[in-house]
Amino acid sequence: MAIRASRRWQAASVLALAAIGAAACGGGAGGGGGGGGSSSKTVTVAVVANPDITQMEQLISNFEKQNPGIKVKFDTLPENQERSEIQKDISTNGGLYDVVMISNYETPIWAKNGWLDNLSTKFINSDSSYDVSDLLPPIANSLSYNGGLYSVPFYGESSMLYYRTSMLKAAGITLPQHPTWAQVAAAAAKLNKPGKVAGICLRGENGWGENLATLDTVINTYGGSWYNTSWQPQLTSPATESAVNFYVNLVKKDGEPGAANDGFTELLTLYEQNKCAMWYDSTVAAGSISAVPSVFKDTSYAFAPTEKTPASGWLYTWSLGIPKDSANQANAWKFVSWATSKPYLQLVGQKLGWAQVPPGSRTSTYTNPNYAKAASAFASVTEQSINSVNQAKATVPKVPYVGIQFVDIPQFEDLGTSVSNQIAGAIAGSESVSQALQASQQDAVPVGQAQK
Amino acid sequence: MTVIEQVTRRAQARRVTPRAPSTRQRWTRRLPLLPALIYMIVITQIPFIVTLWYSLQNWNLTSNARAKFTGLSNYGSVFTNANYRSSLLVSVEMTAVAVIVSMVLAVALALLLNQKVLGRGVARTLLITPFLIMPVASALLWKTTMLDPTYGLVNWLLSPFGVHHVAWLSTHPLGSIIIVLIWRWTPFMTLIVLAGLQGQPLDVLEAARVDGAGAFVIFRRMIFPHLRPYIELGTLLGSIYIVNTFDEVYSMTQGGPGTSTTNMPYYLYEQAFQAYNIGGAAALGVVTVIIVMIIATFALRLIASVFRFEEAVG
Amino acid sequence: MTASALTRPRPRPRGASRKAKTWSARVAWFVLVWVAAIAFFLPVLWMILTAFKPETAAYSYPPKWTFSPTLSEFRSVFSRGIAPFLENSLFATLVSTLLVLVLALPAAYALSIKPVGKWRDSLFFFISTKMLPIVAAIVPIYIVARDVHLLDNVYALVLLYAAMNLPIAVWMLRSFMLEVPGEVLEAARIDGANLFRELTRVIAPIIMPGIAASALICIIFAWNEFFFAVNLTSTVAATMPVFLVGFITSEGLFWAQLSAAATVASVPIIIIGWIAQKQLVRGLSMGALK
Repeated sequence: MAIRASRRWQAASVLALAAIGAAACGGGAGGGGGGGGSSSKTVTVAVVANPDITQMEQLISNFEKQNPGIKVKFDTLPENQERSEIQKDISTNGGLYDVVMISNYETPIWAKNGWLDNLSTKFINSDSSYDVSDLLPPIANSLSYNGGLYSVPFYGESSMLYYRTSMLKAAGITLPQHPTWAQVAAAAAKLNKPGKVAGICLRGENGWGENLATLDTVINTYGGSWYNTSWQPQLTSPATESAVNFYVNLVKKDGEPGAANDGFTELLTLYEQNKCAMWYDSTVAAGSISAVPSVFKDTSYAFAPTEKTPASGWLYTWSLGIPKDSANQANAWKFVSWATSKPYLQLVGQKLGWAQVPPGSRTSTYTNPNYAKAASAFASVTEQSINSVNQAKATVPKVPYVGIQFVDIPQFEDLGTSVSNQIAGAIAGSESVSQALQASQQDAVPVGQAQK
Repeated sequence: MTVIEQVTRRAQARRVTPRAPSTRQRWTRRLPLLPALIYMIVITQIPFIVTLWYSLQNWNLTSNARAKFTGLSNYGSVFTNANYRSSLLVSVEMTAVAVIVSMVLAVALALLLNQKVLGRGVARTLLITPFLIMPVASALLWKTTMLDPTYGLVNWLLSPFGVHHVAWLSTHPLGSIIIVLIWRWTPFMTLIVLAGLQGQPLDVLEAARVDGAGAFVIFRRMIFPHLRPYIELGTLLGSIYIVNTFDEVYSMTQGGPGTSTTNMPYYLYEQAFQAYNIGGAAALGVVTVIIVMIIATFALRLIASVFRFEEAVG
Repeated sequence: MTASALTRPRPRPRGASRKAKTWSARVAWFVLVWVAAIAFFLPVLWMILTAFKPETAAYSYPPKWTFSPTLSEFRSVFSRGIAPFLENSLFATLVSTLLVLVLALPAAYALSIKPVGKWRDSLFFFISTKMLPIVAAIVPIYIVARDVHLLDNVYALVLLYAAMNLPIAVWMLRSFMLEVPGEVLEAARIDGANLFRELTRVIAPIIMPGIAASALICIIFAWNEFFFAVNLTSTVAATMPVFLVGFITSEGLFWAQLSAAATVASVPIIIIGWIAQKQLVRGLSMGALK
């Protein structure tokens, strides 16, 4: 009987623990029963987890002070998850979000589907305080549909080449401001020290926003493309295949170990830890690198390497849009206009430092003397990279689609994911480049047919 | 005749129902079961019926076109879909290897933990922790702090053995995920086997030992037969949970590189949330449910001994 | 499981050689047990250590085992506003577990003590629902939740977690009820106890360890559940796993911060599991332990 009793005590203590927990959480969680975020004073915002957003979450009290009564709530998620959450919500009229963070990929497609507010006609034209002409033109264009802006940029980016000045000097290499891929590959071969420093760090991780972003710019400048003008896939064309072979061989031979699992995040870490002699990636990395002084001082910047095109940087922007089914339109715009305004950029500069200002959205950022001082090393390369982009003419042959590191059609997210999986497989060595491209070509056929 | 069989007979004798109950009696017996049964039917079967309905429609979340009824055309592509087949194979491989290795380890660990050694309680406490950690958290940490080719702890631990900077998730993606699954589920199975071991009367084993039986013979002839139902139970529970593995694949490899780690749940997820092809994903789901039900019927029949065993103990 | 079961006395070995052998065997067992325990615990230990590192020390090769610990990563985790996530997790976990017990106890009764005609089919139905791929049903569940206004509502999680754990709980509780001696039940029936009284006054006290074990299993799985949580909630009802993935940023990897968040998210269940591990052994043996 003594045994039973002691067991019962243990059981009782577990239940008691549970009861304490229940009492502690009390009514608070019960409030969760209130349902969706559409109460008129709360603006619910879906955002991607990244440092610029974390900054905004820190500064939000400033907005709430200026607009008494409005509360802003953030749903912060990793990129892939955020995309699918928003897509699911907006296409089924779930109505969870008043503001969504999207990109120049989604904006034109969703505008066409009638899911987003036309911000120009609905708000901007009657809001004189919002300086719309200050937005960088290629960025603003990429967020427009039929002449109206359907989302406004929070920050924008192109791609460029980072390299360690001292390492190249030690190897006796000089790179021009506008290098070619052949020059970069030759330099990488000299700089690569297996186990210590990778000659060049490049993305290999699957995801259309990961390895395909960098690879697509290489394909474009080698004269390749996704489709020809009659929507026949070109993934096995000689130009595309030579570009992919070049990229995969470069990563395998002189790239970082385990490249098939490295995306932007991993590469930034490697670069900051002195593991990359060169790194071709997004222009926004410059802001992060500036936080590591020893690396920042030793970094030089070149434009995206080219081969057959005059420029080859990509164009991407995280922007804020307002779903049509949001029940809280006016307050949503108050938040969107605040977060993408000139005063917000000033606020970040004053409170958190000028190098932390979200880059690539407004011309005034680049004319601001404070920013120029803090970001002198990379500001002009970034601005010129973005301004030299022409989304409608990024490839050598004529193509029926818009987009540099993506094809702006709804099916691309799926197609791009499966192609990027194949590329990651080729980089990991589990299949050959031509196998990967043949599988990709097959996936691309039905998508092309659906466009006609 | 084993002890279990003897007990079984006793139990069966006790549970005999003398005569067929009346309709009214049958319903009073059913009454306590109904709330749970109805609850499960509502929560699990309504979404399934909705899935069936969607599987007959052409509905893609990326367009604003309304769903269109298309009959069985979504099913046509399921059977020609090589990626789907490969995802089933990955699932089978992942589940089989993880369950078998976990079970072998679990038996070994349980035998260890059943010995009287210093600090056994603490050792067991440490050992079961992987089962308690939030799987999303542990998968992320395995991906980064443990398996990273440059800074990962695993490469450092293996460096005395000549292993340097292996990119585990690129070169052995499926193997890496299986390792994490084994790490998480071995403790769970160890607990089950341990419970079985502790239910075995030690004096019988000691008597055998005194009679000169070797350790292997004792294990083979006495411990293993006693443990068998527990092993079957652990295998069943482990398979149920591991076949539905999602968190690890999602957090560690996103199904890649290539499709090497795309298991069945993750493939369905991709279809629903990357292709946004709701009709197609629903058809895949329906076919998967049918396959799972067929396998489950066989599996449950095979391990029906688990249930006989339960009665035995009662 | 009790202390007395763990330290069951063994017959004494006879003779000196026997003693020596036992002694060396003991050392071998000791080493093996501890090597295994440490091997399995190492990733957890590493998580906790990394959580106390400054971010730069998290990236070092060879890995740093000694460093001056800092709480700054924990501070930044808590500054993200962890409270609502914690509340939602506690609420969803505990309420769903209560719901499971309320439904599972009578069901287990009807499958064991006074079994319905086809108890085996019913039990198989419960278990088979665990084998369904939930991923296949997430879009329908999302649409249904939207239509009944349960999107981003913690009660949606309560309902789903209860369904997720109910089969296992029914199975476990049924096994424990099979242990209840028939004479006790007879006595209760002669006293004229109805089902409710029989369950609460007679059966529940006897199988309390089983109830605790089942509840514990439900709590572990509900607390750690990620897929439903991330797909059905946004800002109001999000739980701890959703809080955690908010630290996977696309611009910069912060291992120390991630480790701190993971530690915070896992610690409640680790502690409960450690305290109640003996219940776990009992529960997972499906009541078969004598």
